[in-house]
Amino acid sequence: MSDVMIEVKGLRIIAGNASEGTTEIVKGVDFTVKKGEVLALIGESGSGKTTIALSLLGYTRHGCTFAGGSVRVGETDVLSLDDAGRRALRARTVAYVAQSAAAGFNPARTLMDQVIEPALLHRLMTREAARATAVELFRALALPAPDSIGDRYPHQVSGGQLQRVMAAMALITGPAVVVFDEPTTALDVTTQIEVLVAFKKAIRELGTTAVYVSHDLAVVAQIADRIVVLNGGTVRENGTTGQVLDMPADDYTRQLLAATRRSEPEPAIADTDSLPPLLEVRNLNAGYGRIGANGVPAVCVLDNVNLRIARGSALGVIGESGSGKTTLARVVAGLVDRARGEVLLDGKPLPAKLSARTPDQYRRVQIVFQNADTALNPSHTIADILARPMNFYHGLRGAAAQKRMFELLDLVKLPASIARRQPGGLSGGQKQRVNLARALAADPALILCDEVTSALDTVVGAAILDLLVELRRELGVSYMFISHDISTVRALCDDVMVLYAGQCVEAGQRDVLAAPPHHPYTGLLVDSVPALRPGWLDSRRALTGTALPSMGPASDSTELCSFRARCPVRVDGKCNVTPPSVRKLPSGAVILCHHSATELELVEKTNPVTA
Amino acid sequence: MNRPAQPSIPHPDTQIYDEAAPEAVKRSRRARRGRMSWFGRLGFALVGFCLLMAVFGPMLAPYKEGALASPFSFASYSWAHPFGADYLGRDMLSRVLIGARYTVGLALGAAVLASGIGTCLGLVAAVSARWVDEAMSRFFDALISIPSKVLALVAIAAFGSSIPMLTMIAAVAYIPGAFRISRSLAVNLMTLEYVLVARARGERLFYIARVEVLPNMIHPVLADFGLRFVFIVLLLSGLSFLGLGVQPPNADWGSLVRENIGGLSQAAPAVLMPSIAIATLTVGMNLLIDSLRRHAGVGQGGQK
Repeated sequence: MSDVMIEVKGLRIIAGNASEGTTEIVKGVDFTVKKGEVLALIGESGSGKTTIALSLLGYTRHGCTFAGGSVRVGETDVLSLDDAGRRALRARTVAYVAQSAAAGFNPARTLMDQVIEPALLHRLMTREAARATAVELFRALALPAPDSIGDRYPHQVSGGQLQRVMAAMALITGPAVVVFDEPTTALDVTTQIEVLVAFKKAIRELGTTAVYVSHDLAVVAQIADRIVVLNGGTVRENGTTGQVLDMPADDYTRQLLAATRRSEPEPAIADTDSLPPLLEVRNLNAGYGRIGANGVPAVCVLDNVNLRIARGSALGVIGESGSGKTTLARVVAGLVDRARGEVLLDGKPLPAKLSARTPDQYRRVQIVFQNADTALNPSHTIADILARPMNFYHGLRGAAAQKRMFELLDLVKLPASIARRQPGGLSGGQKQRVNLARALAADPALILCDEVTSALDTVVGAAILDLLVELRRELGVSYMFISHDISTVRALCDDVMVLYAGQCVEAGQRDVLAAPPHHPYTGLLVDSVPALRPGWLDSRRALTGTALPSMGPASDSTELCSFRARCPVRVDGKCNVTPPSVRKLPSGAVILCHHSATELELVEKTNPVTA
Repeated sequence: MNRPAQPSIPHPDTQIYDEAAPEAVKRSRRARRGRMSWFGRLGFALVGFCLLMAVFGPMLAPYKEGALASPFSFASYSWAHPFGADYLGRDMLSRVLIGARYTVGLALGAAVLASGIGTCLGLVAAVSARWVDEAMSRFFDALISIPSKVLALVAIAAFGSSIPMLTMIAAVAYIPGAFRISRSLAVNLMTLEYVLVARARGERLFYIARVEVLPNMIHPVLADFGLRFVFIVLLLSGLSFLGLGVQPPNADWGSLVRENIGGLSQAAPAVLMPSIAIATLTVGMNLLIDSLRRHAGVGQGGQK
């Protein structure tokens, strides 16, 4: 069969060596990919998906060895190649696009130099021909200014652009097979869509066979023809995209799908009586750098933000990186100074400086960080980590502290035996649970959750979300839940707030996300969440391709709409001249926009994907 | 948001309950601690030997310190004098054993002072307000710009040479380096999220420095301590060689080399033996440090 491009048969890969015992990472995997097809390898971390993808290049990571089976790419038996053969294979036949483009580029050389390097290194093209090919690829990948972007350095382009440049580097030698290793995982939703569109277009135009590694079923649904579901180094399911998504044959696949399609819990009944809200933020301005004469810091991260969190309710803060959502949590926690505005806890002002707060104020506001790896001190045991807040706030010691610690571990569904271990020995999900338990040890009223599920796999993240919902029901804590992922916010929160460049562009109840009209930015965010069905990306593509309405230079008012540079419905003479007004939509949401609800609804209804 | 590439070990499993692990973890940690590299053990043995010499040396010495035991100057190896005799015919083995106290004790004392004070001040600078940090850093920058030998020469010229004086000089000369290293380590650790959590919890700076920061920088600081110890041994030996260190009739290993330098042309053991003793101590300490550092990399579980 000449149209089979990749054939993997009974592949087994082991880690470790004979003296220290081995672990089988890949346990007999078979699959084939036809020429021009896109195959997705999907599974959570530790499922062996990257290890399998790398074996197509004849590469194993340090400490791993091939134990059996065969890998054929085209006519070549990859595993039997010697060093020179592998070099040739990687030169012409197989290319690799890594997850973190930022770490994959040398910051001291221009992009062009690095993109054409594979072609020059393997003496496939002259420098001029390679540069011309690279510019063609930049154009195919929809990079801005394809003729000149190559002269920039890696730090001068955005993360999404860098990822596309990385793809150009892989495609420059015209390989028959490209391996994409989670290329969009580290990107924002809106950027992820741009990159996906570019990849899909390039793959189709060049007729390349691709293997796409991801843990996100919705992303894979857009780009892949076939899906291989992996778990624990074995193939759980292998089928066409439609079959896997609509008629999954395997339990694990169903579990993955369930974690992606989240149900929305009943909104909790918040205390709406006359008590002041638990947390209220009024006209908050904050940022970094020296505070100028007008009371605004040199780099303004939050601009005039207002919010309220009622007792026992959860507020979701949505926005892409750089929108100021983490700074908001840090200002409330007292880790970043505010320039203007006030923060009220239980109706009483919360001092801006940490040192001015009372122990009770410390106790009532707890923060849980995104990255559990750095949020737990690696040299302490879990018992030490949990004992400190109990001792610090409640003076618990000895047996009482021990008892409380086991209660907490039970609450976050961790076994008691974990208390003696150090964070280094725990999995990502377990660490995040310990992280939550530490916040709960203080017996707080408000927990600031900063992207607590973003670094976790779908299934593990879903379990953490369930835990958060349960804790709220049992303990009545409130959350400020910060995320860039709309579906997790909808799964947990009663109210939502959309931040863009430090401005709150939309605020309202959770349901405002469900249907238009939205603020144009919310609309873009909602549209960018991949739907779990094939063809969604294609139906959406027409929208992103359209040019933005032209707009003249901005007036020097500092309160103009921050989204005007990217807004698809911006109006010249209005958005760039006068600050937007606050409007109330019929759904109850408050937005910051020049358009009225009816105008927005009209615009967003013409968009076939929304709704 | 960019997660670093995961190491190639399989993910520790994403199940919530895994009961089997604690025993295994404990065992492997003990195994890791017990399994020092061959060079590490050698270094440990050499340093331990030198420390024992410093403690028990004077008791074991076969002759009194100043006793003229041999009729020959620069006598060679013999049963009576295994390390030979020095330029006055004093027993070299006794002198090396007695000198250990000065070299090891003085250097150890000075190194503990230098590293201890430097690390504490570095931590203080890292956790304090910006102006405190600036003031301390600039002060130590000024100190670090004075070469340690010159500082020692000036101080000895002004105050004379005595054991406490030498300890002080060596400590002062090496505090700025220890300060710099511990400050830069602590500043990096201060931005980590577990420190932010502690600050948001309302912990005082002293607690943060002691409990959250110090345990995570202790391995590099220990490695630095070892280096400083070696530098101080060399500084003191150098001073003794110039005749400014420990004063006669007492002698540390450096002075022993200087006294007997005349025997170099005769390949006298009197000049060789103290040199070997200095080399043993410094090489042993370096081997020990290297293995400590390697342990730090593994034992910290991801914390580099």
